[in-house]
Amino acid sequence: MKSPIVRRFLKRKVSIIGLVVLLIFFLMALVGPFLCSYDPLAQDTSLISKGPSAAHWFGTDYLGRDTFTRIVYGARVSLSISFAGVFSGCFVGIILGVCAGYFGGVADAIISRVIDVLLAFPGLLLAIVIVAILGNGTQNTVIAIAVFAVPSIARMVRGVVISNKDSQYIGAAKVMGESNAQIILTHIIPNSVSQIIVNVTLNLGSAILTSSSLSFLGMGVQPPSPEWGAMLNKAKEVIRTNPWEAIFPGLVITLVVMSFSLVGDGLRDALDPKLKNVS
Amino acid sequence: MLRYIAKRLLQLIPTLLLVSIIVFLMVRIIPGDPITLLYGVSESGGTSEEYLDAMRDKYGLNDPLIVQYFRWITGFVQGDMGTSLRTHKTILEELTNRYPYTVTLAVGGTVVGSIIGVICGIIAATFHNKAGDNIVMVISMVAVSVPSFFLAMLLMLYFCLHLGVLPSLGLRSWRHAILPIATLGLGAVGMIARTTRSSMLDVINQDYIRTARAYGTSKFKIITQYAFKNALIPVLTAIGLRFGSLLAGAALVETIFTIQGIGSFLVDSVNGRDYPAIQSTVLVLAASFVIVNTLVDIIYGLVDPRVKYD
Repeated sequence: MKSPIVRRFLKRKVSIIGLVVLLIFFLMALVGPFLCSYDPLAQDTSLISKGPSAAHWFGTDYLGRDTFTRIVYGARVSLSISFAGVFSGCFVGIILGVCAGYFGGVADAIISRVIDVLLAFPGLLLAIVIVAILGNGTQNTVIAIAVFAVPSIARMVRGVVISNKDSQYIGAAKVMGESNAQIILTHIIPNSVSQIIVNVTLNLGSAILTSSSLSFLGMGVQPPSPEWGAMLNKAKEVIRTNPWEAIFPGLVITLVVMSFSLVGDGLRDALDPKLKNVS
Repeated sequence: MLRYIAKRLLQLIPTLLLVSIIVFLMVRIIPGDPITLLYGVSESGGTSEEYLDAMRDKYGLNDPLIVQYFRWITGFVQGDMGTSLRTHKTILEELTNRYPYTVTLAVGGTVVGSIIGVICGIIAATFHNKAGDNIVMVISMVAVSVPSFFLAMLLMLYFCLHLGVLPSLGLRSWRHAILPIATLGLGAVGMIARTTRSSMLDVINQDYIRTARAYGTSKFKIITQYAFKNALIPVLTAIGLRFGSLLAGAALVETIFTIQGIGSFLVDSVNGRDYPAIQSTVLVLAASFVIVNTLVDIIYGLVDPRVKYD
């Protein structure tokens, strides 16, 4: 007995592929480090910048470290940064969106202005500004990703709340004497859940892009931590002699970001059949 | 029409002021003031508190915040943005020297991305659910997922190192511009193609298109003249938004291709903790983005008479 949502999701083959890829990377982040035989930080001068081989599947980097091992350990770094950032951004975004949509008036005016101003910093610029203020490092990258995720989620939740606020069931709940907090927690938020899930999934993909871009610029996670973007930062200097060092981490980032998009699109089709033909 | 344009331009002012206030306050909430960061650490043996205070006075950091803000913003509007702590040139000079490079890349990337993206989107919508559609959707999915710095490396690897037909570093001639613009353009293709496709699919199913088909109008004419015109607005929005991401994304591409643009200036300023430079550069980039989006809004009115001017 499959629910219609699961059935609709399973109908899209590419979304299943995306989901499988993501599960592999989650597993890699959880147990991968226990299965690797190399140390991601151990340097070996006899193995500097070697191409792929049987012993080192993805080759070795400019310090003789095993690239495959570093990618496996990097899954833990990159995925945990993205999840921590997007979930905290989502939490703040939902609160702001619900306040703006449900209470309206001054709260809505202020929150909407703040969202507008955040959206005035295009793309990566907002993340760069946050890191410029707080300094680089893992924790500040998480904060940058959280701030980056807030406006899109807040704006979406606000829209959903406004379109539900005047429905009869909310009116009925009010007549029954339910408090605002009760209505928000038991009616408004559950009704926005499907859109929140889709938004969060798509945001996770862009969070991977943002954090790896920051690390690539030297502003995010600092070496020797095996973050995927940070691996490319060093690899660009030796791209002439050992292109593999850049190609594997780059492919991994692309694959994970794409998988989040595929799963996000699949979830949107599955959770909201009305939109099905559009995208 | 003129009233509408004037109104939209006036609406820019409060947004830009708010953005400037946020940028100003962001730099003020940094733990530790810039003077201590600059002089307290760099000079051996430490610096006396009197000297630091004198420097703070010199840069006006002892004045109330509101005075500092007005001094900064009036200076900014008049082109006096202060001096970079890192390069010791005026920030205005740095930005005016570098702005043309970044704009060339962003405009070039937007144009390339829009042309390819729109064509791909139209093809996908015309051959909905057939092979053409699937190919375009796969390409656009890859294009939005690949990090621009990785794409830049791949292009550089193939065209500069493997084939050796294009130069890899700097921006001295039009041939230098090909790869950076291609990187930014291909990145933009994905979103523009997807937006064009879904907007076209909305329009294609409407009655007037069916009527045109019943009259025997050629499919090519229906798609390019009747359908695309009405599908244009969401596409323009996507292009406007994309332009902003390209302005900011130029930071990555400029760093890889070692182009002396605003993006690489921002990156160097952040890494060198050059706060006056960060402040002004961020404001210039955000202002460019907001202004471009307002222009896009105005263009709606020109391409679509249904947009109301009030």
